[in-house]
Amino acid sequence: MLRYLARRLLLTIPVLLGVATLVFALIHLVPGDPAQSMLGDTASPADVQRLRENLGLNDPLLVQYGKFMSGIARGDLGTSFRYGTPVTQEIRSRLLRTLQLAVAAMAVAILFAIPLGIIAAVYRGTAIDHSAMTLALAGISMPNFWLGPLLAILFAVILGWLPVAGTGSPLHLVLPAATLGAALSAILARMTRASLLEELRELYVLSARARGVSRVRAVLRHAFRNSLIPIVTIIGLQFGAVLTGTIITETIFAWPGVGRLLIQAINFRDYPLVQGCILFISFTYVMVNLLTDLTYGWLDPRIRFE
Amino acid sequence: MIRAGTFIVVLTIAAALAGPMLSPYDPSAQELARRLEPPSFQHPFGLDELGRDILARILSGARISLLVGLAVVGVSSLTGMALGSIAGYFGGKLDDVISRVTDVLMAFPGILLAIALVAVLGPSLTNVVLALSVIGWVGYARLVRGQALRAREFEFVQAARALGAGSSRIVLRHVLPTALPSVVVQATLGMAGAIIAEASLSFLGLGVQPPTPSWGTMLDAGRSHLFDAPHLTIFPGLAIALLVLGFNFLGDGLRDRVDPKLVK
Repeated sequence: MLRYLARRLLLTIPVLLGVATLVFALIHLVPGDPAQSMLGDTASPADVQRLRENLGLNDPLLVQYGKFMSGIARGDLGTSFRYGTPVTQEIRSRLLRTLQLAVAAMAVAILFAIPLGIIAAVYRGTAIDHSAMTLALAGISMPNFWLGPLLAILFAVILGWLPVAGTGSPLHLVLPAATLGAALSAILARMTRASLLEELRELYVLSARARGVSRVRAVLRHAFRNSLIPIVTIIGLQFGAVLTGTIITETIFAWPGVGRLLIQAINFRDYPLVQGCILFISFTYVMVNLLTDLTYGWLDPRIRFE
Repeated sequence: MIRAGTFIVVLTIAAALAGPMLSPYDPSAQELARRLEPPSFQHPFGLDELGRDILARILSGARISLLVGLAVVGVSSLTGMALGSIAGYFGGKLDDVISRVTDVLMAFPGILLAIALVAVLGPSLTNVVLALSVIGWVGYARLVRGQALRAREFEFVQAARALGAGSSRIVLRHVLPTALPSVVVQATLGMAGAIIAEASLSFLGLGVQPPTPSWGTMLDAGRSHLFDAPHLTIFPGLAIALLVLGFNFLGDGLRDRVDPKLVK
């Protein structure tokens, strides 16, 4: 396991370096002068020059790259142009909100999808199965920037049960979590069904039934337990997708997390903050994927010896 | 599934092409005095915040969505097939470089890179297509590389090589055709992904810019009127969900046909 861990960690380093290099390149893709773009057309040449100096844009490209990389290593992602504070501080102050939303969305998805997937697998080929899988496909097809407002119209505007947007109480989390969790639950339900179907064909399930084990027990205690590995993997891999999904969900529901911070930073052309948010989200994504791989390797020894 | 998907997709294409016949209104014509008017016989989907006919704008937006989908899938699949077949067939250093680039791009959350690229390049339809293609080709390259790795060991490929066929001929005539069915499935599902991604970017204000009608920008405008005019949100979203569902149905059905193991 230690060798596997070391190999996976080593493989992650070039990926992280590649991601950081891509993020570094972003500011240099800005058409024209990034400093001029941030300050607007009415800015004086002196102000533009000062900002170029602050952003280090006057240094040779390699020096800028070196400073950027060493900054990341020290946890320094620069200073926000809009707030005048360190980028890491802005991200840190919103991190908990994003985590709250992502975890709540995962919980909603798991609670809804796993029973749906199990029912679809058990009643395979019947109307129940078709309805469950059509519902799942509809969930994947329904963009969260539509589902969110629809849920808001129903539960906040028509029924008045939940607040439309913002924070303040646990109720504020319900609509954003349901919106963000819907697509994941659709994927998870399909995965649960497929994985459970594989297991239900196995001889040990038949032999359990032949020994007189009830159908429910054979499905839940025998087949479902063994079908969990791919399901756990998908949950882990989808956590990254949920993290990026927070960008839109936080914008819809004015949820003060890192995703909304990114969109606000883009609107204000606060490039250091844009770079910081993108770097943070993508690093987290890579690390979550790494953790999922390690968990997978731990659960299934065949992976470690491949 | 294929039939349902084909029906939805063909219906949307027909509606997009026959737009002016289905709704006589100009999608940009404003009638401020009647803004936010709910659906009526005259305007089946109602009027938006500037008094424009929502049905006319949805039909016009369908053209944008389909155009973006086709452009992204076209550019991504051609680039991915070219790089994937080179990496898989020739192997060696070229394969190493292409595989490392795909590793990094796959490690990057797709929509985040698209947001980042459009954020720095500026919001426009061309930049949306560019950004989505930059992330889109990777999936095709991975798929075709895997197929090319297998195909180069096939006897008919070795026979072609023994008969003196050049590498480009072998790749184009023998290797790529083995990957085509899977590429078609991926492209169909890719259309759904590209349509959602374009609408997401436009919703965030990073895609198609007003007054050009786009389903994403229409949904964004509807956000301010959830209480007084929910029809601004309901109809454009329904159009996106239906078209994406159509492509997903079609892609899933085609995948089952291409890989019979899945329907066993």
